[in-house]
Amino acid sequence: MDPSTVPAPDRLRLTGRFGDRVAEPALRAGSAAAAAGVVLLLLWIAATVVNQSGAAVGQFGLGFLLHQRWDPVHGIYGALDDILGTLVSSLIALALATPLAIAISVYLTELAPPSVRRPVAILVELLAAIPSVILGLWGILVLGPFLADDLEPLLRSAFGWLPIFGSSPSPFGVLNAALILTIMTVPIVTTVTREMCAATPPELKDAAYALGATRAEMVTMVVLPGARRGILAGAILGLGRALGEAIAVTQVIGNADQFRVSLFAPGGTLAGQIAAQYQSANPGLGQSAVMYLALILLASSVIVNGAARLIVARAARRSGSA
Amino acid sequence: MPDTELHPLGRFAPPPGMRRRRWLDRGFTAGATAAALLAVAVLALVIASVLINGAPALSWRFLTHNPHTSAFGVNTGGIANAIVGSAILIALASGMAVPAGILVGVFSTQFAGSRTARSIRFALDVLNGVPTIVTGVFVFGVLVIGGRQSGWAGAVALAIVELPIVGRSAEEVLTLVPERLREAGLALGLRRWRIIVSIILPTAVGGLLTGAVLAVARVAGETAPLIFTTSFAGPGLSVNPGGSLANLPVTIFDLSESPSPTSHAQAWAAALVLILGVLILSLIARVLHDRSVAALRR
Repeated sequence: MDPSTVPAPDRLRLTGRFGDRVAEPALRAGSAAAAAGVVLLLLWIAATVVNQSGAAVGQFGLGFLLHQRWDPVHGIYGALDDILGTLVSSLIALALATPLAIAISVYLTELAPPSVRRPVAILVELLAAIPSVILGLWGILVLGPFLADDLEPLLRSAFGWLPIFGSSPSPFGVLNAALILTIMTVPIVTTVTREMCAATPPELKDAAYALGATRAEMVTMVVLPGARRGILAGAILGLGRALGEAIAVTQVIGNADQFRVSLFAPGGTLAGQIAAQYQSANPGLGQSAVMYLALILLASSVIVNGAARLIVARAARRSGSA
Repeated sequence: MPDTELHPLGRFAPPPGMRRRRWLDRGFTAGATAAALLAVAVLALVIASVLINGAPALSWRFLTHNPHTSAFGVNTGGIANAIVGSAILIALASGMAVPAGILVGVFSTQFAGSRTARSIRFALDVLNGVPTIVTGVFVFGVLVIGGRQSGWAGAVALAIVELPIVGRSAEEVLTLVPERLREAGLALGLRRWRIIVSIILPTAVGGLLTGAVLAVARVAGETAPLIFTTSFAGPGLSVNPGGSLANLPVTIFDLSESPSPTSHAQAWAAALVLILGVLILSLIARVLHDRSVAALRR
């Protein structure tokens, strides 16, 4: 501790009983109120979304989850297309981001020279700092044309017999959204995975080397199995991020109200649909239906994030007690 | 080239399969390095796109004039109102979230038992995981519905996004304050509030500041909480949070959805302003963080 940062004695002069009688309970109560406020805020958010989706929940019930049409003119709403779009785009993002994040973590903890390690780690973290609206803008004007003119024709000519690559190339669609979501999730998964990889006990690594393992064998047999929980938790956290991203997705996915198997075709996600619909939704049932979408989204992200945090907490306790 | 030549104890034959294992190892190294390169390359690509496309449209006039729609429906003005509006929104949001977040950190580290502290941490994490679009919808439902959009509603939505970030980082920093400082205070006969206000908070001030800067960097680019709460702003400069305030993220969003190339050029320029602000703030937070943690650990 640097002595200059310790407060000077005159600032520590004892104050009268009055200060103690008022300030002590005030600070305790004020900070307790702030902490309780966090919990109350969560409950309030949930209550508001449940309350305002009431009309749509009453009208459509759970059938909303399985119904495909989104038809404001006839007052018929269903979320199935958006649920499928959310699942497909998030899972593709996760399938691409998780292996990348593992590889980056291994690079950062085992391979990179010490002088490169920190700068690269900071740059990967900065990827998460790019505002989603700017990533969406990039998706519209840079990634979209590249997909439509180059990548999608290539995929189609090679794998066109697969239904997921079956439609004509277009700049806006599920593939574009999935790639943007991949960029957003990589830093999140990397942060958690890297921490877990770095926590590998060095004596285990030395033992593997002493047995004659190559670096690759040491990583796959010692580091990655030890980081298993962290990787899982990181991936789930990334999934939570991908599920909930609204702006960038609505910018690049094309906002079709119909789910199609082809990744090149436009689609929609829960979060993207809320962003795209809310301003224009009819007051009453239309708004309530959008709130129902928010309710599904809130429930799934709370479950997903809760699960990830529990896994992290358990992994931390386990390594702490070991 | 026989493997034996590479072997430090060349006269021993290498174990069977060594050649394959060595190639696997090289492939592995190359793959991991390529992944890291790819991530850095994507970052560079996005930033370069914003720089290259944004710089030509960026001018003093663009920064200091309000939007002005010409007879042909093209915006010939700038984004001054959005810059001012964003600054007001962020200041109001941080004014609410930073003190509240620090108080949460104080409670869970100084007053709460370990079980309560764990629950608070969990609640903060869950709040942090609430999609920001849901936060926007929530504030819309509570403050805007039946009334009208306002800067206050936008600021409240941003504050909800900031709160868990500030709270978590405050908590982390406050637990790093050495126990012996607190014991020294107790030995002087100080009451708990005096120890917190005069010893613990001043010691941790660098880390607390980091959390605040990090939260500001995060919400400066948030669009989702704002599109329902403060997105229909007039073209004029407004500093009154009682009405809708123009802001950078929603401006970029609207311009990006427009089909006109002029709008796209302006979207890039506005994005350049925003990304510079956000990246600089993030780097400042990073440096502050490392410095304050190092100071506390010393």
